[in-house]
Amino acid sequence: MSAFTIASIPREELLAPGHRMCQGCGAAIVMRHLLKALGKDIIIAHATGCVEVTTSLYPETAWRVPWIHVAFENAAAVASGIEAAVKALKRKGLMNPEKKVKVVAIGGDGGTVDIGLQALSGMLERGHNVLYVLYDNEAYMNTGIQRSGATPLYAWTTTTPAGKVWRGEWRRKKDIVGIVRAHGIPYVATVNFAYISDFYVKLRKASEIEGPTFIHAYAPCVPGWRYEPHLTVKIAKLAVQTGIWVNYEIDRGSFRVTTPVPKRLPVEEYLKTQGRFAHLMKEEVELIQKLVDEDVDYINKLAGSVVVGPVERK
Amino acid sequence: MSALPGWRELPRGAVILEPGSSVRYKTASWRVLKPVIDQDKCVRCRICWTYCPEPAIVELDQPYTSRSGKAYKVMYAIDYDYCKGCGICAEECPVKAIAMVEEVR
Repeated sequence: MSAFTIASIPREELLAPGHRMCQGCGAAIVMRHLLKALGKDIIIAHATGCVEVTTSLYPETAWRVPWIHVAFENAAAVASGIEAAVKALKRKGLMNPEKKVKVVAIGGDGGTVDIGLQALSGMLERGHNVLYVLYDNEAYMNTGIQRSGATPLYAWTTTTPAGKVWRGEWRRKKDIVGIVRAHGIPYVATVNFAYISDFYVKLRKASEIEGPTFIHAYAPCVPGWRYEPHLTVKIAKLAVQTGIWVNYEIDRGSFRVTTPVPKRLPVEEYLKTQGRFAHLMKEEVELIQKLVDEDVDYINKLAGSVVVGPVERK
Repeated sequence: MSALPGWRELPRGAVILEPGSSVRYKTASWRVLKPVIDQDKCVRCRICWTYCPEPAIVELDQPYTSRSGKAYKVMYAIDYDYCKGCGICAEECPVKAIAMVEEVR
C-alpha cells in the first residue's frame, strides 16, 4: 500500500454545501473529510451539537449518507441499536450478508465527555462494531459558548468569565481518550486535520477494525475561541507544534505518536492566537506550559522515547 | 412564501428524503470578502480545496496552460454560491495565488 497523500483524497463530496456552519468552521472541515475517508457505505447517528443543528435545518439536509438525528445523550446507544439491526437484517436474509456497512456515531465534546458519557461507556462495554467520532471544539458552542468537560484550563467561556476573581475555566480538560482506552477497546486515536494524511489513515483504520473504535478529532471554533476565521488551520497546526494536542493512536494496546514534534514551540504561541486566552497573565501562561510539559513527559514515557521534544524558545 | 405543508403531507417521521438538499440554500450572502484565484500563479497543490469547510472550491478536469507555459490537467474554481468568505484558502495557499477582495453587490 502506497502512502496516503493529499492527492489521494477522493473528489466526491458527501457533505453538501449550503449548511450553516460558521465561516471557517473547524468542525465542518472534520465532517467533510470524515465522510470522504469513510465513503458512502455508512450509517451515522449524530448527537445534538453544532454540526447536527447546522446541517439538518428541516426540510433540508447537508448529508449525502444515511443519517439519523438523535438526542444529546444517546448517540452511542442509537448507533448500538442500528448495528444490532443491521446484524438482524443480515441474519434474516433481508439484507445482503456480504454488504459491509459501518455504523458511525458522531458527537461533540458536550455530547461525548459530559452528556453522552454513559451511553458511550455502555456501547464500548458491549463491544458494538461502531466507530465513535468526537469532534472537540472545547465548549457548548451553538448554544452560546458554555463550558464543557473538554474546556481547557483558563479558557474564557460565557459560564466561566474572566475578570478579577474568576480567571476563566478553573478545571483541567477531561482526558476522554484515557477514559475510552480504559474500556480496553481495539483502537483509539486522536486526529488533527492540519495533518491530513494522518487523519485519513486513522479514520480508515478505525472503520476497518471489527469492534468499537474511537476517534478524538480537534475542531477549532471561530466564535467560541475568538479568532479570525482564516486562522483555523494555522491554529490547528500550532496546537500540535506546541504540544497542546498530540496526534497518537493506541492500536490493540500498542501506543504510538503519529506526528512526532522534535522541537516544541512555547504554548504562548498558541494561546495568543485566541481571544479566549487574552486575559491570561504571565504566571497563568507559565502554569499552562508546566502542565503541557508534564503531559508531554507522560506521552514520551508511554512511547518509550522522546517523540515530542523540549520547548525551543526563539 | 408558499404555505408550509401540513403534517399529513410530510413523510412519516418527517424523514428528509432528498440527500444533500441543503444545496438549495445559498450561503453567498454571508460573505464580506471574496477569494479570487490567479490561475497562472496557482500550482495545483490542492491545499485550498482540502481546507475549504463548505465545500465551495471545486476541482475541475479542465486543462490549463499558464502564462509561463506550464500545462495543468485540473483547475480549481470558487463556487460563489456557497463561499462564506472565511479566507482559509487565501491564508493556506503556499504561493499566494488567492487574493481576498472586497465583495461588491
